[in-house]
Amino acid sequence: MTVHNLYIFDRNGSCLHYGEWNRKKQAGISKEEEFKLMYGMLFSIRSFCSKMSPLDMKDGFLTFQTSKYKLHYYETPTGIKIIMNTDLGVPNAKDILHQIYSTLYVEYIVKNPLCVLGEQLTSDLFTTRLDLYIRALPFFSPRAA
Amino acid sequence: MAIFSVYVVNKAGGLIYQYDNYVPRAEAEKTFSYPLDLVLKIHDEKVVVSFGQRDGIRVGHTLLSINGVDVNGKFTADGKEIIEYLKDSTNYPVSIRFGRARLSSNEKLMLASMFHSLFAIGSQLSPEVGSSGIEMLETDMFKLHCFQTLTGIKFIVLADARQSGIDALLRKIYKIYSDFALKNPFYSLEMPIRCELFDQNLKGALEIADKADNFGPVS
Repeated sequence: MTVHNLYIFDRNGSCLHYGEWNRKKQAGISKEEEFKLMYGMLFSIRSFCSKMSPLDMKDGFLTFQTSKYKLHYYETPTGIKIIMNTDLGVPNAKDILHQIYSTLYVEYIVKNPLCVLGEQLTSDLFTTRLDLYIRALPFFSPRAA
Repeated sequence: MAIFSVYVVNKAGGLIYQYDNYVPRAEAEKTFSYPLDLVLKIHDEKVVVSFGQRDGIRVGHTLLSINGVDVNGKFTADGKEIIEYLKDSTNYPVSIRFGRARLSSNEKLMLASMFHSLFAIGSQLSPEVGSSGIEMLETDMFKLHCFQTLTGIKFIVLADARQSGIDALLRKIYKIYSDFALKNPFYSLEMPIRCELFDQNLKGALEIADKADNFGPVS
């Protein structure tokens, strides 16, 4: 089991943070392009799900999986979107993503007056803490299971 | 029953078959007095709730009928604009029915091709080598399962999140497609499937899958 990478987007679609751990394949386009493609995909998935759904949804889109990886999605009511790609063995990571938002993003970004909201995060403290948090996850190590 | 619908998408992203197996009713009728305590707006030629939720009426619901008479898009049955009609206090009290709008066939075509590209992007953005496209997409209300054949046809099943045995069902639909659509001499490849035997067998397969173990229908 492993964590591949993590994206944080704000409600306007700009990528606030990108972290990478065990990523074996790059998308073959520049990072900027990749963020746009990722945001565009999620935006479309959200609208796709809300139209497709036979009933009214509460949380909306949660995860999708392909043959090789699983994408976990968490969105706050303020529009901050946290996306984590893991391998297929990882169960619902909603709580973890919520933890990242509440104990890392809010603590080290929102409560830091020097961090301008809506721009790429430059706080080293946040980056280190996030890295530590991800590395401490039970399913982090690539060959654990 | 917990399998909602089946879509078949050809390799170009065109919808060639769609069947709604079970559409849950999500409708609420209520009598309102003037002024209306919901905010309505026009979206896609329909009147939808944009703010205010009460008594089973939720944001995103479409106005379906006024005083028991079905509306026609953003117009009442006798051709008046609904928004204007509801502004007139002499028309109250008024009984309005709201619900989730049924997808039109155009919307279904659009959603199918939208999924086609999402499927491709999902594979392109993969952090692992050799990944397929989206095989399963999960929300809190439904799960979408997709099976792409080697020839590029996608079979998509929308089911309740707790429904099991969907993988077997997808393969069975593929088999039914091969047996009853492809072997039908009147069926042209990549075109919409209009084969009676395909319909019948698909319905049979869905019935069997519905009976397979799940934890009861959605309430």
